[in-house]
Amino acid sequence: MLLIHCPYCGEDRSELEFRAAGDAHIARPANIAAISDEEFADYFFLRDNPKGLIYERWRHIHGCGRFFNAVRDTVSDKFVMTYKAGEPKPDLSPAPGVAPALPADSRPVETYEATEGRAE
Amino acid sequence: MADPFATAARRPALAAHASGAARASLTPAGPATRLSLRAKPEAVPALSAALGLDLPTQPKRAARQGERHALWLGPDEWLVIDESEAPLLQALDGAGVLHSAVDISHRNAAILVSGAGAAAVLNSGCPLNLSPAVFPIGACARTVLSKAEIVLYRTGETDFRVECWRSFAPYVLAVLAEAAAEV
Repeated sequence: MLLIHCPYCGEDRSELEFRAAGDAHIARPANIAAISDEEFADYFFLRDNPKGLIYERWRHIHGCGRFFNAVRDTVSDKFVMTYKAGEPKPDLSPAPGVAPALPADSRPVETYEATEGRAE
Repeated sequence: MADPFATAARRPALAAHASGAARASLTPAGPATRLSLRAKPEAVPALSAALGLDLPTQPKRAARQGERHALWLGPDEWLVIDESEAPLLQALDGAGVLHSAVDISHRNAAILVSGAGAAAVLNSGCPLNLSPAVFPIGACARTVLSKAEIVLYRTGETDFRVECWRSFAPYVLAVLAEAAAEV
């Protein structure tokens, strides 16, 4: 069972108690009536679909009820860290040429590309 | 052809719903007044004084004063239960601080699970770690039991109180009874 750390309850709880709530750190335009349709669509509908770390909002709906933010790896589904809503976005992007700073207990995920080479 | 009744044991359709299984018993709790209380941290001292107990501010903690319990549900949310049916809303009348209090006495129903197998019965549908080191006496949490949301409160070494919404109560009781028949 996947365990998710709730920053408000201060402990790991079962994924059954949580709901995903979309991307985190989406900035609402200051004057939303003034922007064009294209800019609105970009803000409202379009989201990145990264392979790797993603910043998301999660809600401990069957627990303390609070929204919080989580950094999740979309390849391994591992929760790298969670932090309270309103706290600044942590910078987890690796410096050029440096391996990503993942927790010590995380192992690289075996992907098809790594074991079989890229399908041409 | 072998006689199927030689090996099969008769199991009445409602057997699982009978309470008082060997290692865990299920008892519907008596009526109680309940309050859903929400408030900012600065209002906690005044509300605690009005209720006559210290509202817990740490996760998973509950406070008890006689028949009255205050269960931490979230950073600004408590479930207050009074088993003596004392009026809780009136107790907060003179608190004089900003808060939200909703009487949910009849929204919830409670089931008391006790016995040596109580934790095993609950863990059949509840993912919480119920070992005494992590979930000691007086601990409480809102969580899930199979498909229903419950508030779990440990009142003794082998005693738990399960609070659920009353429309979920038959389902919750049936889930617990099925587990209690097997522990």
